[in-house]
Amino acid sequence: MALHLRSSSSLLKSTLLNILRQNLGFGSRSHVTRHIRQNLPHDPPLRGSRNPIRRFCNTVAEPETLSSFGQHEDASNHQVMDFPGGKVAFTPEIRFISESDSDRVPCYRVLDDNGQLITNSQFVQVSEEVAVKIYSDMVTLQIMDNIFYEAQRQGRLSFYATAIGEEAINIASAAALTPQDVIFPQYREPGVLLWRGFTLQEFANQCFGNKSDYGKGRQMPVHYGSNKLNYFTVSATIATQLPNAVGAAYSLKMDRKDACAVTYFGDGGTSEGDFHAALNFAAVMEAPVIFICRNNGWAISTPTSDQFRSDGVVVKGRAYGIRSIRVDGNDALAMYSAVHTARGMAISEQRPILIEALTYRVGHHSTSDDSTRYRSSDEIEWWNKARNPLSRFRTWIESNGWWSDEAESDLRSRIKKEMLEALRVAEKTEKPNLKNMFSDVYDVPPSNLMEQELLVRQTVNSHPQDYPSDVPL
Amino acid sequence: MAALLGRSCRKLSFPSLSHGARKVSTETGKSLNLYSAINQALHIALDTDPRSYVFGEDVGFGGVFRCTTGLAERFGKNRVFNTPLCEQGIVGFGIGLAAMGNRAIVEIQFADYIYPAFDQIVNEAAKFRYRSGNQFNCGGLTIRAPYGAVGHGGHYHSQSPEAFFCHVPGIKVVIPRSPREAKGLLLSCIRDPNPVVFFEPKWLYRQAVEEVPEHDYMIPLSEAEVIREGNDITLVGWGAQLTIMEQACLDAEKEGISCELIDLKTLLPWDKETVEASVKKTGRLLISHEAPVTGGFGAEISATILERCFLKLEAPVSRVCGLDTPFPLVFEPFYMPTRNKILDAIKSTVNY
Repeated sequence: MALHLRSSSSLLKSTLLNILRQNLGFGSRSHVTRHIRQNLPHDPPLRGSRNPIRRFCNTVAEPETLSSFGQHEDASNHQVMDFPGGKVAFTPEIRFISESDSDRVPCYRVLDDNGQLITNSQFVQVSEEVAVKIYSDMVTLQIMDNIFYEAQRQGRLSFYATAIGEEAINIASAAALTPQDVIFPQYREPGVLLWRGFTLQEFANQCFGNKSDYGKGRQMPVHYGSNKLNYFTVSATIATQLPNAVGAAYSLKMDRKDACAVTYFGDGGTSEGDFHAALNFAAVMEAPVIFICRNNGWAISTPTSDQFRSDGVVVKGRAYGIRSIRVDGNDALAMYSAVHTARGMAISEQRPILIEALTYRVGHHSTSDDSTRYRSSDEIEWWNKARNPLSRFRTWIESNGWWSDEAESDLRSRIKKEMLEALRVAEKTEKPNLKNMFSDVYDVPPSNLMEQELLVRQTVNSHPQDYPSDVPL
Repeated sequence: MAALLGRSCRKLSFPSLSHGARKVSTETGKSLNLYSAINQALHIALDTDPRSYVFGEDVGFGGVFRCTTGLAERFGKNRVFNTPLCEQGIVGFGIGLAAMGNRAIVEIQFADYIYPAFDQIVNEAAKFRYRSGNQFNCGGLTIRAPYGAVGHGGHYHSQSPEAFFCHVPGIKVVIPRSPREAKGLLLSCIRDPNPVVFFEPKWLYRQAVEEVPEHDYMIPLSEAEVIREGNDITLVGWGAQLTIMEQACLDAEKEGISCELIDLKTLLPWDKETVEASVKKTGRLLISHEAPVTGGFGAEISATILERCFLKLEAPVSRVCGLDTPFPLVFEPFYMPTRNKILDAIKSTVNY
């Protein structure tokens, strides 16, 4: 079918598409129409309004009503048959859809490798204020990552994972959203929090698990969360956040909010079952959710060639009936434009969008990884220098007269100072009280937990030397 | 040591009153079976909270067990809807919906198919509040699934997976024994601010008929109920198994043994105090469940009671449970913890 569409004239194509659209009903929901439904005032046409339910009604092959399909002129071989799921044309040729198109899906970019605006490029205009904030936050994220990474190397932090190389995805995507859009991150998107106002001190508090950590010291570093900033707490399990995001998007849809859900994941995450579950649900539920895949080439040591054999991630959207785009993830302006546009579609059309942002994971997977064991340092170096998202965007904002060397050095020295201070303060702040181990398992601690807390406290009393002295009792 | 003057009539103890719950056990109502009682609870839940949703496979037309009859027609397809065939998606979606402050009442078609959702339940739902420092929670999530033997269900329509879930801090596990209990417990589960897994004994969907009050009522969670008083031995069970145990208690009574029967209702967190008080009185404990005996929830009850009542015990704790095999078809009558197995175990415990 897909091959026929491409070779048809555009008028024919749109006619055919209209017929298919009308007939691709949600078959299973017609069961409900057996009962007489009242027109309830609180039942708005939020679902299925674009695809009215048309279950199959005709088991007989009909002659095709269109003048031609592809090259064949013999009408007797062309019939259209109704199956559950809609009408399909028949073909007498045994032809398989190719496993891939001959050309890969092109990648949307606006700035070239040197940060120059590509002629005739389409993009969403940003103001000086927004552009400067995008750039400053990318710089801040980069500095924060480097300092936290070093702190872990020095033994001050137990663990860290950087987002180096993916600053544009982090910041530019966040910039294109509103504070009401709810975020379901993986763990390499602290930039979204940063954009929304999470402070360096707040990041540091979570990393040290001190009493100011909103997570109350329960999780490893980089497992941030902020209800104030609509950023759901990170969980290390891969892709589990995707179906959650779809449910949240459905809530926004039902509450008629001018907002969407946005969820991030890596190339590795697209192999998890939850990815497929989520995309399918999002399409069926017509949920306003944006799926942003950071295809950075590596899932720890696994390159994408060992992860999937499709043309990346963007083509998977179509399998679920989801509009998709591939973007240069290191082009902040393109990222911004793509996410901005996607958000508009997601909310106004109440549909999911898939964005594959191509990028490179410059850093190691985490501080527990040494990626030179499975890739060359030359490769890492090249991406860090020649394809750096910060320098490209910097060139562009400087060309607009919005940035300077002076602004750069001012910013960098200020952030570095702030960051080191935040580290110092976070390190000195005491840990949360022991009672925080037992609270929030449920809304109210059940009797078994109250018992266990008593027992633990007794044990600590008897053997204080065996327990960390920095956890207040 | 059989009590010769065993009480011959069943005495129902009243659940403790909390949340303004009314005494439901003596109220009259309409005669309903289990699926109708559950259906009523769902109607009430959706009626009393406009931000509540019911979804899962085939729930739109009423569900394969008719528990969701009439909901889509009454509340609309935006609130009551079919989902694609994907348990991890259903529960994951439900978590997201609940995280936004809604009540997500999810149906898993058979408990045998809940496992794809296990990751979402254990790693996401159970930890959602704790890991976020109470910034977020998915307390509005309730997962309903039919469980247990049905006479011909075989491996994949008969399972009792409650033990897997009882090992997960952060969720609750509730199993009703009858229509009246199911309605009140389900409403409590739906309104409880924690994610709950609610297993419904499918054998009782049509088989059990009881007077069920028509109004909105809730039965408290984590409160076990002594449904039959006795002095010689305590029996603990849940769900459909209680009917079998009750018959064994009647048989035992004819032989002069007075049995106390407790419905645990909530398995996690479970009411240790009620069981402990009973065993301290009787000195003997017998636990019965359909799930395989090894690693079954009976082991948890046994270990806890041993810790608390060791010196009061006259005999080892007895477990009369399913066998350690996949649930068989032809061999189901041999697999099941039947009334005669329980009676034999009562007698050998009493005669220890």
